[in-house]
Amino acid sequence: MPAGLFHQSYRTDEHVLQTWFVRIWLAAFLALCVAFPFIGSKYMVSTMIEIGIAVIACHGLNILTGFTGQISLGHAAFIGVGAYSCSILNAHGVPFIVALPFGGVMAALIGLIFGIPSLRLRGLYLAMATIAAQFIIEFTIRRWDKLTGGVEGMYVDAGTLGPLRFNDHLHLYFLTLFLAVLATIATKNIVRARSGRAFVAIRDRYLAAEVIGVNLFKYRLMSFAASSFYAGIAGGLMAQYLEVITHESFTISQSIDYLAICIIGGLGQVLGPVFGVAFWFALERTLEWGTTALNTAYPLHITWFVSIKEIVFGVVIILFLVFEPDGLAARWRTIRTYWKLWPFSY
Amino acid sequence: MDSELQIFMQFFLSGLAMGSIYALVAMGFVLIYKSTSILNLAQGEFLMFGAYICLSFTLDFKLNFFASFLITMVFSVLLGLVVERLVLRPLIGEPIITVIMVTLALTYVLRGVVIMLWGNDIRQFNIFPQEPIDLWGVKLTQLYLWSMGISLSLLAVFAVFFKYSRTGIFMRAVADHQTAAQSMGISVKKVFAISWCIAAVVSSIGGILVGNIGGVGVELSHIGLKVLPAVIFGGLDSVLGAIIGGLIVGVLEFLSAGYLDPYIPAINEVFPFIILVLVLMIRPYGLFGTEEIERV
Repeated sequence: MPAGLFHQSYRTDEHVLQTWFVRIWLAAFLALCVAFPFIGSKYMVSTMIEIGIAVIACHGLNILTGFTGQISLGHAAFIGVGAYSCSILNAHGVPFIVALPFGGVMAALIGLIFGIPSLRLRGLYLAMATIAAQFIIEFTIRRWDKLTGGVEGMYVDAGTLGPLRFNDHLHLYFLTLFLAVLATIATKNIVRARSGRAFVAIRDRYLAAEVIGVNLFKYRLMSFAASSFYAGIAGGLMAQYLEVITHESFTISQSIDYLAICIIGGLGQVLGPVFGVAFWFALERTLEWGTTALNTAYPLHITWFVSIKEIVFGVVIILFLVFEPDGLAARWRTIRTYWKLWPFSY
Repeated sequence: MDSELQIFMQFFLSGLAMGSIYALVAMGFVLIYKSTSILNLAQGEFLMFGAYICLSFTLDFKLNFFASFLITMVFSVLLGLVVERLVLRPLIGEPIITVIMVTLALTYVLRGVVIMLWGNDIRQFNIFPQEPIDLWGVKLTQLYLWSMGISLSLLAVFAVFFKYSRTGIFMRAVADHQTAAQSMGISVKKVFAISWCIAAVVSSIGGILVGNIGGVGVELSHIGLKVLPAVIFGGLDSVLGAIIGGLIVGVLEFLSAGYLDPYIPAINEVFPFIILVLVLMIRPYGLFGTEEIERV
């Protein structure tokens, strides 16, 4: 048995899943995901839907921040654009199958507008432009009462697709699962194609990238558009999941959360968002479970436990960044390499 | 004085007062950015923390406002030191996004601590007298005047500090060129710690002032984000720019509230951000920021 992976043709080198081991595990994982609603409780299925939506959104952010190196603090706003456009269209009788991609396109268009300053901006100044986008979009959602229902929010009609009706969480689960898998595959392919290489070149050294003929403006805009498109799709799904959407689901703190997820998972790794989201939800739900248990035991100190939850959350992220700044995906890679070559690691 | 101008001055001066507080907090931002190239997104939480400590000592422990103000300063210095030593020093040399993220994680921790200690309610200070002063026909509350006075004099003090004091010169040297400063025998670590302390102190003062105006609550931390346009206006690495940016943002906020509100309600919440985007398109490095000249 070879102590490593040795390709003998370029075709095998280009395969996404390179070993049978990986293929079998992935198939098993997908099978588990499909079977999950039949074994998991209702609560677990809802959590899985949230996870799937977050995975799609974070893939988008990962393309922009992880691969192109543009820090975005306005991702939740683009999710909001998708959520509202999809729901408004759906309410006006446009079928869901058209409304959902349209939500993505709409978010991508708005993303393009706010991406235009990236022609001249970079680094932290660009991060500021995205914060501005966040506030301006949030403001528009809050104040354009006639279209979005303003502060009171908006009821979302359940989308239908053939026999599926997405106010049933089981149906929504399968749609989310399908789209999350699709998003992961799409990201993987964007990243290994010409555009992805251009993104990475821009991230690593944009001047050098320009010298070797990468059109900076075009690829930065493309990255913005792709990222916001993912966000828009995630938004459409989120609207279906939440059933009532208000501007409060799309604030800057959500944007920050998405960024945190991406960093925890590992920026610039296709699997990063998946790991990040899994870790994030596991941590959040465990803490919630813990605080609920403590609350019922000591009902007098409810504020205490709520704040303990926030503190623990923050501390975990800080510890994470101090000890594992490359994220979970990098750790996963080291573990995998170790086992692939075990016991002859040299 | 005709009333049209009077109304304008009313908005303008209120904006200037608020803007001077923004300028103070923005200076904290820029200080940290200049010396350590970290964008401290937890600045708003520093501000909230300071305001809560001062409030707590004044109202709960019935201390003199001045005494609790001094105690708050001591706490802020400690906070700055602890954060710098425990959280940010281990991350020197890590990618910039990691460091930004750490400051975001700090916001969770600080907010949690504040909620744990003081709960969720908004509370009022009521230190400064409420009745307005007539300033050539323009009515301004004393609170605004005090805030403006305190912030502007602090800014002046810091200007002198940076220009003439030994530590101030060290700080400028480190901001200018870290390695060169180090080889001249300046302790970069010490300068980092001092920057964080000053940032914590000025934002606490800002917090106390804003808390006096609008009450102390968890929402105070949003000021930290509001100050961002101010910082960008001036350019991330210019202290003078931050001050001017702060004043501009304050004035813009109040003028838009006064004149544009009938057309688009509550436009003042986002108006600074809209102007920010426009400024960034025309001058990508802010009004006073260092323009990086790139040659290939």
